[in-house]
Amino acid sequence: MNLRINGEDREVADNVSLTELVAQLDLTPARIAIELNQNVVRRANWPSTVLKENDELEIVHFVGGGKGRKSLQ
Amino acid sequence: MSTAASATTGDRLAIGDRTLSSRLIIGTGKYRSYDEMKAAHRASGAQMVTVAVRRVPLDRGVESFLDHLDPAMQILPNTAGCYTAAEAIRTARLAREALQTDLIKLEVIGDETTLFPDNEQTLEAAAVLAKEGFAVLPYFTDDLIMARKLLDAGCPAVMPLAAPIGSGLGIQNPANLRIMREQLPEATIIVDAGVGTASDAAIAMELGADAVLMNTAIAESQDPVKMAQAMRLAIEAGRLAYLAGRMSKRLYASATSPLTGVVR
Repeated sequence: MNLRINGEDREVADNVSLTELVAQLDLTPARIAIELNQNVVRRANWPSTVLKENDELEIVHFVGGGKGRKSLQ
Repeated sequence: MSTAASATTGDRLAIGDRTLSSRLIIGTGKYRSYDEMKAAHRASGAQMVTVAVRRVPLDRGVESFLDHLDPAMQILPNTAGCYTAAEAIRTARLAREALQTDLIKLEVIGDETTLFPDNEQTLEAAAVLAKEGFAVLPYFTDDLIMARKLLDAGCPAVMPLAAPIGSGLGIQNPANLRIMREQLPEATIIVDAGVGTASDAAIAMELGADAVLMNTAIAESQDPVKMAQAMRLAIEAGRLAYLAGRMSKRLYASATSPLTGVVR
């Protein structure tokens, strides 16, 4: 199925959970946060959150500074 | 070093129910290397550091930027790069989830050339976030009425700009800061943006600011570690001068030695 992650289209297996997606993307789960269709998903709910076709995700972390280009669209 | 530090012992910066002994809040952008940033942070004596929220790059492993910060520092996530209240609110919620902190430096930018804040959107976002329990520190134009509205919305501190972000122009409108200080004696006022060198930081503190947040003045100096130390000392000096209360200015000379008993 298709997901839109950080503005990019991604093909992933059907019925993947957020926890599985984080592992597949090789992201370090500590100190990232995830928004699903514009709502934050608490870390405790990642395992039970099963993604659906065309879900939109924002996965963020922290970087130095700030002032600059747009962050979320 | 220790003399300056001990001179202000017990005089702490209050942000809501948090207090800090350092009145310098420091940024994390534009440094030439992580090592240089870490050394500058140490030299500054800052206890709070601001970081930005950005999308994780998807196709390469990334180390956590936070690993390059002193774990003793309080992290103040910011919404830099947001241009609407809605974006800033989403960014703040994400930051809270990732860091488990209610602190947020709220920035809603109105214009790419000046990076001036959109005060209207800032107030809207501040009200929503304060209701959700965030300790909102809003960046806004140095304006008393706006400061009042932000405080009324529940912000524990306000962060007026002194000059455009990254400009290093120094305190462009000292009268506005003085007025804000005099009219809002209980408010925590943190000058955010515009400081270029140590004297600018001292002036902000002499005008009665409770703290100064800076990034570029240190990171883009020729020697960020030295400049960080200079800023630390300037902020302590300015704070002490403010607490001491300066003499009145007068137009003509006033002799400091006795006028009687002069040899004729």
